[in-house]
Amino acid sequence: MNEQTKTAQHGLSEHSHGAGVPIQIRSARVRSADVNDFELVTQREEQWRYLSTDRLGGLLGELEEFTGDLGLTAPDDVTTAWVGRDNELFGKAGLPEDRISAAAWTTCDAAYLITVPSSENAQEISLKVTSADSTPSALHLIVDAKPFSNSTIVIDHTGDAVLAENIEINVGDEAQLTIVSIQDWSEDSIHTSAHFIRLGRNARIKHIVVSLGGKTVRVVPSVEYTGPGADANLLGVYFADAGQYLEHRPFIDHSEPNCKSRVTYKGALQGTKAHTVWVGDVLIRKAAEGTDTYELNRNLLLTDGARADSVPNLEIETGQIEGAGHASASGRFDDEQLFYLQARGISENEARKLVVFGFLNEIIQQIGIESVETRLAESIEAELARSTH
Amino acid sequence: MSILQIKNLHVSVETDQGPKQILRGVDLTIRNGETHAIMGPNGSGKSTLAYSIAGHPKYEVTEGEILLDGENVLEMSVDERARAGLFLAMQYPVEIPGVSVSNFLRTAKTAISGEAPSIRGWVKEVRESMDALRMDSAFTERNVNEGFSGGEKKRHEILQLSLLKPKFAVLDETDSGLDVDALKTVSEGVNRAKEANDLGVLLITHYTRILKYIQPDFVHVFVAGQVAEQGGPELAERLEAEGYDRYVRA
Repeated sequence: MNEQTKTAQHGLSEHSHGAGVPIQIRSARVRSADVNDFELVTQREEQWRYLSTDRLGGLLGELEEFTGDLGLTAPDDVTTAWVGRDNELFGKAGLPEDRISAAAWTTCDAAYLITVPSSENAQEISLKVTSADSTPSALHLIVDAKPFSNSTIVIDHTGDAVLAENIEINVGDEAQLTIVSIQDWSEDSIHTSAHFIRLGRNARIKHIVVSLGGKTVRVVPSVEYTGPGADANLLGVYFADAGQYLEHRPFIDHSEPNCKSRVTYKGALQGTKAHTVWVGDVLIRKAAEGTDTYELNRNLLLTDGARADSVPNLEIETGQIEGAGHASASGRFDDEQLFYLQARGISENEARKLVVFGFLNEIIQQIGIESVETRLAESIEAELARSTH
Repeated sequence: MSILQIKNLHVSVETDQGPKQILRGVDLTIRNGETHAIMGPNGSGKSTLAYSIAGHPKYEVTEGEILLDGENVLEMSVDERARAGLFLAMQYPVEIPGVSVSNFLRTAKTAISGEAPSIRGWVKEVRESMDALRMDSAFTERNVNEGFSGGEKKRHEILQLSLLKPKFAVLDETDSGLDVDALKTVSEGVNRAKEANDLGVLLITHYTRILKYIQPDFVHVFVAGQVAEQGGPELAERLEAEGYDRYVRA
């Protein structure tokens, strides 16, 4: 890949990075369920600095509770229920960190709870979130993966929507969860989603974000540890066409010792005003000795006129860690790859598609669950078929 | 009958200091079923010839012609050349992350033959070709050239040769970096492709050892971008004994 690479390895000394514009210590940010605790959404706020407010449309005004369809496919012992604010799980995994997330929180009097009981066999769960109208709306989901449970949850967002969403994800002690969130909306849709991940002792999560369709898609996954030995692997894939804005802001808050995190996001951009933003925040608190973390973002710019912003931030409050590093790179096509494929008879257009597919599929291949991998590979192939000609 | 003709080929390559002339008038004619060895010291232009035939954009043909059965190859894009029946086994095949060997092979076969191969027949053909090259079946699940050893890369190139069935194959230092066993396996693969498809081979090598396994009909010695001498297999034996010194000094 021809690209400019910025990498850094951080070890024993304290270190912090900033984007050049208002550096805000992530841990000092407001967390509240009350929308009035947040400033109005403007590009002067660090969290919204890349996103022009007209792209957020109706999400800046009054929201209604989501009236679209939630289609669940799950084994019998996985239970679901609508639960109110009095439920102990409502707000257990985290609290909003931005105004739209808080507005959604306030709007939803009930959350859709999926409970995964402990079991040795992996449970496969699918939730299809489908919407057919663009009334600005709010949805609150809660996943409760019980201690010692083992499950895969695929949440598929399709249709027309203007949706602010909060997803709380509790992963109990020793539990394993693979959770995929696919954003494949119609081209006028607007979607912001905050994922609050709370990990128990020795819990393991693979969290995969796949953003393909929508005018504006913003996903903010945050990870909180509540015991030692937990492992968070955050993966992301996105493909922005002309006029699309896709933003991902993963945040890992290392507060417990001997935990691990990996953040790996890859995106491809094509067409005028295709814009992607990736801001990866990792905080290693004083108590988080023995932390092992690495975050990576790579972008492939397929045409002129596309823009990829990529900002890794690392705050370290203890030197007693295993390792902390980050890398960010945005580049163009490798002509040698095209030559190799064309020398095997594959047309330039097909060769480009194959290289982009492979670039993104490298993330999919890390999921390790064949049915999910096949399905996501197909989604990416379909996206490439639609957008290249 | 197929024929590949290279006439008075002049090629320059773009460098930081401007274009640099590498090939200075190369003439070669290869018929199907024939094996031509191109030998020469480093820097003599052997690989430039290989890449120019395949159409690598870095190399600019400034004079001369390449004709495949009378068709002007120089007017064809890289993929058109491959579909017309030319194949280049590369010395340093590039990695294609995220693309499995099986996906790549199927895509290439579909492109070359103009239609997707029938699944059952194709899987069988791939397996047989891999067995013959002593490749493990799990190989197809790996990403193209990613983490391949030198020997695996060369076997993978020859696997493509046997599956894509070109009219002419240019083998660019296919022997480099191979131990004796791998060299033998890879050479047998080339010989099978020759027999099965009456393939014409342009075998580019620095050393004579691969010629023990793949018998050349003609040997051309390349020096400073030109053919300095040509002859039969006996020329290779002479090079084995004397090296390239007498050409380089001359």
